[in-house]
Amino acid sequence: MRNLIYSITVVAVLAGSAQLAQASEFVPISGGEFRSVIPEAEGDNLIAVDNFSVQDAPITNAEFLRFVLLHPEWQRGSAVSLFVDEQYLSRWAGPISLAAESGPQQPVTQVSWFAANAYCESQNARLPSWYEWEYLAAANDDMADARHLADWRQSILSWYSRTGGDQIADVRSEPANYYQVFDTHKLVWEWVDDFNAFLVSGDNREQGGADQLQFCGAGAISMEEKENYAILMRVAMLSSLEARYTTRNLGFRCARQGEDRQ
Amino acid sequence: MKNRTWISGLASILTLSTLLLVVPITLSANGNALPPQSVYNLQVAIEDQLGEITGLDRYKGQPVLVSMFYTSCPHVCPMLISTIKLTESKLSVEERAQLRVLTISIDPQRDTPENLYQIFQRHSVDSDRWSMVRPKPGDVRKIAGVLGIKYKQLPDGEFSHTTKIVLLDRDGTQVASTDQLGRPDAAFLEAIRTSLQ
Repeated sequence: MRNLIYSITVVAVLAGSAQLAQASEFVPISGGEFRSVIPEAEGDNLIAVDNFSVQDAPITNAEFLRFVLLHPEWQRGSAVSLFVDEQYLSRWAGPISLAAESGPQQPVTQVSWFAANAYCESQNARLPSWYEWEYLAAANDDMADARHLADWRQSILSWYSRTGGDQIADVRSEPANYYQVFDTHKLVWEWVDDFNAFLVSGDNREQGGADQLQFCGAGAISMEEKENYAILMRVAMLSSLEARYTTRNLGFRCARQGEDRQ
Repeated sequence: MKNRTWISGLASILTLSTLLLVVPITLSANGNALPPQSVYNLQVAIEDQLGEITGLDRYKGQPVLVSMFYTSCPHVCPMLISTIKLTESKLSVEERAQLRVLTISIDPQRDTPENLYQIFQRHSVDSDRWSMVRPKPGDVRKIAGVLGIKYKQLPDGEFSHTTKIVLLDRDGTQVASTDQLGRPDAAFLEAIRTSLQ
């Protein structure tokens, strides 16, 4: 009963006054060149990123609740298990009700790549590519690329050592970065469109045993920007996922193609 | 103003409640409910080497070998196709007649039906049981996602991709897979025989 009242309240809040919850805005990002931890081809890690726009914070529980209300096929219990695992939206109290420990302004987690993708499609958007995400995440609060700052790298890294059971904070609790984008670090992990592009390198085109095919790619990943452990951890985590998996700390935000660069 | 917001809120709840009554059940073309793990739950259009457009479930009712490739691929893809043919050749004529093969392009921009048809002819595969298809560009990662195949486009326009061959049962559920190229995988062959029984 309590849950029911809670869910009705939440729905009323969502439907009646969207302005109560700050909705994610798409922030335009000027593209450019940067050095990625993932070489695009062997030895070539200078990557050109086109202009794009991206949501200024990860999608919240409130935003995702609105989505599943409009798209009941993505509600917990209804979503097809080809697309979601058993833990899908398990931090919510019910298929259309949030929970005290999973509040409206917290980032939604326990969502699969398919669910995240469907959400972004409903916003006429897509998931960011890995390179777009990495480009965004290179910024601290006053620099587009702060990755050379050891202190900053260390502060990001410390987030990864907290215990998994910690409460997840609300989005936008920390200051925005250089691009006016929030929470690229220290809140949740994020899906990217091409999460299943890792572990694959040019060497894969050569014939070899099955193990060799799988592992040449992994070798290629670790060769660049070795001091950037925090980003490499993201790569390792994403590459271990299947598209239907969900985890307690994995959320997402959406992106759109930008205008062509002049 | 506050009241109006509240009333429009209530109206929205009513609308949403109506929506919630619609329980989605995925039905296949012939009206049977699919198992929840079936790859055929992914509803995307694919265009074959003759330009015919169907869903992924074009071979529903028969066990199918599925893999992903691209036609301009110099080494691995031809080997992938010959591995599938080699695997098939280990089956009896009766067994083979029941098996279907679907190879899906990861390069739909370049892999037009004409290009697919050329490769189709070059490998002289059995057109009653095989097809080579391309999805819409935005659907390639979804198909790779349900099959568990990884791929990446390289700066030179080539692709790297895992060479997985997936066996789907009659309902489209993945029952086995192999990454072994060049020679038939015995365990995989056994799984194919079982699915054909």
